[in-house]
Amino acid sequence: MAIRRILIANRGEIAARVIRTCRTLGIETVLAASEADLDSVPARFADRTICIGPGRPSDSYLRVETIVQAALGVKADAIHPGYGFLSERPALARVCEQEGMIFIGPTAAQIEAVGDKLRARAEAEAAGVPTAPGGAVETVSEAMVLGREIGPPLLIKAVGGGGGRGMKRVDRLEDLPAAMDMAAAEASAAFGDTRVYLERFVARGRHVEVQILGDGKGRIVHLGERDCSVQRRYQKLIEETPAPALPPDFRARIHEAAVLFTERLHYRSAGTVEFLVDLERGAFYFLEMNARIQVEHPVTEAVTGVDLVAEQIAVAEGHDLRLKQESLKREGCAIECRINAEDPARDFHPSPGVVRSAVWPAGEGVRVDTHIVSGARIPPFYDSLMGKIIAHGPDRFSALERMRKAIAETRIEGVATNLEFHADVLADPEFARGGVDTSYVPRFLGRRHLPQQVRAHG
Amino acid sequence: MTLTAKDVAEIMRLLEQSNFESLSLEINGVKLNLQRGSAVPVRQTSPPAATAPQAPAPASQAPRKVRPPSEPGLSDIASPLLGIFYRAPKPGEPPFVEVGAKVEEDTVIGIIEVMKLMNSVRAEAKGEVVEILAENGALVEYGEILMRVRPRG
Repeated sequence: MAIRRILIANRGEIAARVIRTCRTLGIETVLAASEADLDSVPARFADRTICIGPGRPSDSYLRVETIVQAALGVKADAIHPGYGFLSERPALARVCEQEGMIFIGPTAAQIEAVGDKLRARAEAEAAGVPTAPGGAVETVSEAMVLGREIGPPLLIKAVGGGGGRGMKRVDRLEDLPAAMDMAAAEASAAFGDTRVYLERFVARGRHVEVQILGDGKGRIVHLGERDCSVQRRYQKLIEETPAPALPPDFRARIHEAAVLFTERLHYRSAGTVEFLVDLERGAFYFLEMNARIQVEHPVTEAVTGVDLVAEQIAVAEGHDLRLKQESLKREGCAIECRINAEDPARDFHPSPGVVRSAVWPAGEGVRVDTHIVSGARIPPFYDSLMGKIIAHGPDRFSALERMRKAIAETRIEGVATNLEFHADVLADPEFARGGVDTSYVPRFLGRRHLPQQVRAHG
Repeated sequence: MTLTAKDVAEIMRLLEQSNFESLSLEINGVKLNLQRGSAVPVRQTSPPAATAPQAPAPASQAPRKVRPPSEPGLSDIASPLLGIFYRAPKPGEPPFVEVGAKVEEDTVIGIIEVMKLMNSVRAEAKGEVVEILAENGALVEYGEILMRVRPRG
């Protein structure tokens, strides 16, 4: 069925991003916005904006019934959930299925299959995809047996967690019983699910993920990998493709693993399979799958020339995959910096407020996905992402060069940002060499601390 | 028309919520110049000093097109939810209220359906219904003005 009108159940840069593709495709857009976002760029960019509730997400963007009612009320054919909010809540996908509304994403059953991290692990094992040594543990004694087998350090992970939430590191086996109890209690409070599982903690790991597209009929293509190892407290800050300096044959094997995993699910829409590359053991493990479009999707778009949102829409319309693996080419290197309204001087605390002025970069190979213009408001209710700068070049060196220039061109006034952090990382020889692991950012910040103090007082 | 104390209070509230530093307004020869941070609005007869316009700021939070009120001093009954608005308890039954109806704060004036869940809407104001803006069976947004009431007591 041809989609003529889409309700966008999201905000910020991703709402603007989805509207842009809809415009190209001649699809009408209705933005479901909270009261705090009625003046936003996507609200002005959409063909129509309707107010779904107050600013607080629990009163607006997280209300399944309100979103579906809004879509029915404006006679939309489909809902695009963006990322975050309801994008990976099976409830929205399910209500859409019941109401005959197209959900631009996977099926409710697929969201459930990967949302339960233990089930996702089992799916990975069944698909022959490597997982980190570990497994489900119901009691402390079970945990001790498994913990001894894997050997510390260990991670206790909440089944309902993901994206770095609901994890606990245990360095000594004797600490395991107490940590288990605490982890179960925390998981219950945070996710309404006490179940936890154990996994080996990988001290030196890289976060490498594979972008896939599926048509829900068992056909899957991958669009290469992204390296997202530059993270602070599991929040990605810089992503790039291809992943630099991977061990030999890893790239092809990781791609294959992502395809095997999602083929088995008959996955529909865009998705990302995350892996942890264990540098000490020369292995990689399935981490989790994100059943949505991701923040960092533009780097993949830059090197493949594929509009992932357009492909999501085509698949949602019921079309077979239009992309063929053998004709997908990846050209050059692309890197993305997430510009956040947060204050590095105050431990990267969010800094909402009014953006007095915003000047974004432009130029060859530079793309900016943002909803922030001069005068824009950053409400306190949402994440602090202001925009993403994506630089593409024929090789990593030129992509980094373009990114350095782009960051230097960017001027944001009125709120604190992490622009200087990005400039410093891009100037850091260790990062420039490529292939840093996930402990890079804390190490880098520690290193940077001293000269900065001297500068501040000098 | 002239500015009442209530109007000024309302304008001050709007300025407070906006990202503008100052506002100057002229109605029928009365000039009002408000500046954020100063406690008392200053009435003055000479033109206010020009204030530097802020960088292209978005309009403050009232971009919705709304029919202007038929008389000053009316209170709005705003929709507490997004959903389908019904004026009557059931199809074919008389509406909860018509123009001219006297309402109390807890008088039910309509129903909003959100995915088959019916939510009653109360007037939250005391007075007489003078305008009904929302149509029966139409989608109403959060905060949309459903009716206007001439306050009483």
